[in-house]
Amino acid sequence: MSDIALGLADPAHDSQRLFRTLLDAFAHPGRIVSLTEGLAGVGSLSPAATAFLLMLVDRDTPLWFSPDLDSPIVRDFVRFHTGAPLVAREVDAQFAFLTLRRAPLLDGFAIGTDLYPDRSATLVIEVPSLVGGPPLTLRGPGIEHQACVGIAGLPASFVAEWSAHRALFPCGVDLVFVAGTELMALPRSIAVES
Amino acid sequence: MPDTVQQNGHGEGAYNYAYLDEQTKRMIRRAILKAVAVPGYQVPFGGREMPLPYGWGTGGIQVTAAIIGRDDTLKVIDQGADDTTNAVSIRRFFARVAGVATTTRTEEATIIQTRHRVPETSLKDGQILVFQVPIPEPLRMLEPRETETRTLHALCEYGVMQVSLYESIARHGRIAKTYNYPVLVNGRYIMSPSPIPKFDNPKLDRNPALQLYGAGREKRIYAVPPYTSVKSLDFEDHPFEIERWTECCALCGSTESFLDEMIVDDTGKRRFICSDTDYCQERQDGQRR
Ligand SMILES: [Zn+2]
Repeated sequence: MSDIALGLADPAHDSQRLFRTLLDAFAHPGRIVSLTEGLAGVGSLSPAATAFLLMLVDRDTPLWFSPDLDSPIVRDFVRFHTGAPLVAREVDAQFAFLTLRRAPLLDGFAIGTDLYPDRSATLVIEVPSLVGGPPLTLRGPGIEHQACVGIAGLPASFVAEWSAHRALFPCGVDLVFVAGTELMALPRSIAVES
Repeated sequence: MPDTVQQNGHGEGAYNYAYLDEQTKRMIRRAILKAVAVPGYQVPFGGREMPLPYGWGTGGIQVTAAIIGRDDTLKVIDQGADDTTNAVSIRRFFARVAGVATTTRTEEATIIQTRHRVPETSLKDGQILVFQVPIPEPLRMLEPRETETRTLHALCEYGVMQVSLYESIARHGRIAKTYNYPVLVNGRYIMSPSPIPKFDNPKLDRNPALQLYGAGREKRIYAVPPYTSVKSLDFEDHPFEIERWTECCALCGSTESFLDEMIVDDTGKRRFICSDTDYCQERQDGQRR
């Protein structure tokens, strides 16, 4: 147990600040925000993914890690700091942590139902960088006109996959892209064009 | 709010920042994110009862408690006024349990908790408007069963609301509803804007601030993200209209604000003054300078 990394130094205030930053990102899709509570990443998780985990995950939220992010270090950290159940099947997860190696990216997760679209997963996706990738245009709630983003490493198939997924609205998953300490949200309500 | 609330909140007598325990805050925060992702959809949330009478606006208080931090500046209004008992109590409550600065100035506030009004002063990107909601379900008066209203929302089957509004036109020659006038959010969900006057409905549309709505009794949270379309329901031959006054505010002279009619002396003389006390005061101060 002595190898487990520390969590938030000041849980109530740190998680409040982190949440407001995350809420700002959800309210402004495409906006890059920085989660700066001095956390190191755990295992293969970025500092931003680690911060996300510590602020929102607990024993009420089943978690799933893609095989390339899963490790004993991550599992011990999650058990010790959150008590969240780790599930084997992605469909059972409320929060899923994955990388762009997964293809198709969005298949297999809970998307909620027409009656309860909130019973859906949030996907935290590790990417190399939130800038410098192929230019995409976002439109929808939270965006005044349009937002231009360039998430590095996104496969060319993403736009078509997202657009098919968005046809299921109000069902769907919400995406959070993370790179280092930075984060960008892509809620299901947002239209993406290349 | 009574002083005893803070002490009675927790069995162990432990002190929680902003009153709620961390697990409850996480649960409400997760619900808020879903609400932002699906604008206008009422997200159910669990959690224990807040030991506050519902009239205090528990839903709004829970939302504010889940988001507020030491860097915030909080404004609380009730019917547009910062100085009502309710508004003063809630402001003091958060000053005590969250150590936040408070203000009556709309433009200085980072969080504005409100009952029954939207401030006249335009809001900015980064501000959060938290509404206290008594009845979150806009279809409740037309369909009392929760399973039915949920299905109507799921199917986007809003004919029952259209019929009700049209019946009002047949009976009164216009849509008689002046408060809690239903809106369509992002072209998808019909939403109750809470009991604000319909005068305020246009301010909800494409507002740069984030709008969060909390209903304590029914445990629902819903949201309107910044710059999101909020359309008041109407008909081509009966377009939506807001209230107009022939008078202007007796204190600041505004012809653009929502006016309350007040009896100002023993003879029963009536005057109209702004419901938004901060807006009115700012205008009066500006005129004195
Ligand atoms: Zn006035």
